[in-house]
Amino acid sequence: MLAPGAPVRVRDDWPETRGPCHIRTPHYLRGRRGTVVRQLGAFPNPEDLAFARPAPTLALYHVAFEPRSIWPDAGGDEIVVELYESWLEAA
Amino acid sequence: MTPSEPTDTSERPRAHHDMGGVPKFLCEPIDTGAHALTPFDREVDAIRGILGAKGVMSVDELRRGIEAIPEAEYARLSYYQRWIRSIADNLLARGVISDAELRAALEQA
Amino acid sequence: MTPLIEAPSERLLAGIKSLLASKGIATAEEIAERMAQTDRASPAQGARMVARAWTDPEYRALLLRDGAQAAEAMGIAMRGLPPLGVLENTDDTHNLVVCTLCSCYPRAVLGYPPFWFKSPGYRARAIRDPRGVLAEFGTVLPAGQRIRVVDSTADYRWMVLPQRPVGTDGWDADRLAALLREGDMIGVTVPSAA
Repeated sequence: MLAPGAPVRVRDDWPETRGPCHIRTPHYLRGRRGTVVRQLGAFPNPEDLAFARPAPTLALYHVAFEPRSIWPDAGGDEIVVELYESWLEAA
Repeated sequence: MTPSEPTDTSERPRAHHDMGGVPKFLCEPIDTGAHALTPFDREVDAIRGILGAKGVMSVDELRRGIEAIPEAEYARLSYYQRWIRSIADNLLARGVISDAELRAALEQA
Repeated sequence: MTPLIEAPSERLLAGIKSLLASKGIATAEEIAERMAQTDRASPAQGARMVARAWTDPEYRALLLRDGAQAAEAMGIAMRGLPPLGVLENTDDTHNLVVCTLCSCYPRAVLGYPPFWFKSPGYRARAIRDPRGVLAEFGTVLPAGQRIRVVDSTADYRWMVLPQRPVGTDGWDADRLAALLREGDMIGVTVPSAA
């Protein structure tokens, strides 16, 4: 379990290059560093649900990112995204 | 440690529904007006709701089916036109309806 | 031969409807009932919640802690629906909600998502150029107020709790609710008593 404030990195993984898939981790966040805001509970993995497969339950976190670490021209001050534990690694 | 330097991952292959920050839409103005839903839209929405409530098809399967629509078609179809296509795709994939049944139903429709 | 699912959309709907009816999965009556049920959800629901939060500190705390419970407390059925998270606007921070991957929207409390929320322009730009997007809605934030963009990617649905407009002292909840538009609860606009 990741605590609020924990630094994390979104996995630098590109499943869409390997064939049919359904992923809820946006393209713009892959490989990016962020900070855990809080856990939002746990939910069945949508990557399996989308194919009507048995879906293990995963912890879901709200994670905050610095917009200008993603796009130098970004106009906001913070980006917060729901991400499953399977996409997060310690940073 | 300083935050990671911005690295350019924008050239990585990207699914067309995955639109956050994508340059080709950055100059697109936003149509902020109200657009009433049509009877078609509302019926498709209701069918999706019933299929979800009855466990016939999840919202995740709906999304997968929408994302599977080729990019040019995705851009051409309206929001709920994508939905009905995904619903049909999923009902066939799950064996809820067969090709032959759908073909016959389309001929009568 | 063209795949069956590429049939014209109206015909595809008619075909699917007839098959679902004959299999007893979705009858015409069930579809009509579902449409009526969906139509009952509208921005007026979210507006009632926001107005109560402005006038009732305990309800405000509940709304920020558990949006679904707060909706239930107003008679909005949330069972079986996604959890509802509520983002509080403050003097320091303005929240803006987008779904860059599809169109996740707090439908139980705001109704059908508006056209703009589903559009590629909004989905692409809100996350990267939120001030530009707000400007198109005629919204200019006070200097120094930060923007937090929340990308609704997964199992939650998010709504914004706007700041109570100045000049509304003494107003009751009904009068306050009438000020609110759907965009205020997504963050593209802010309510005003002017």
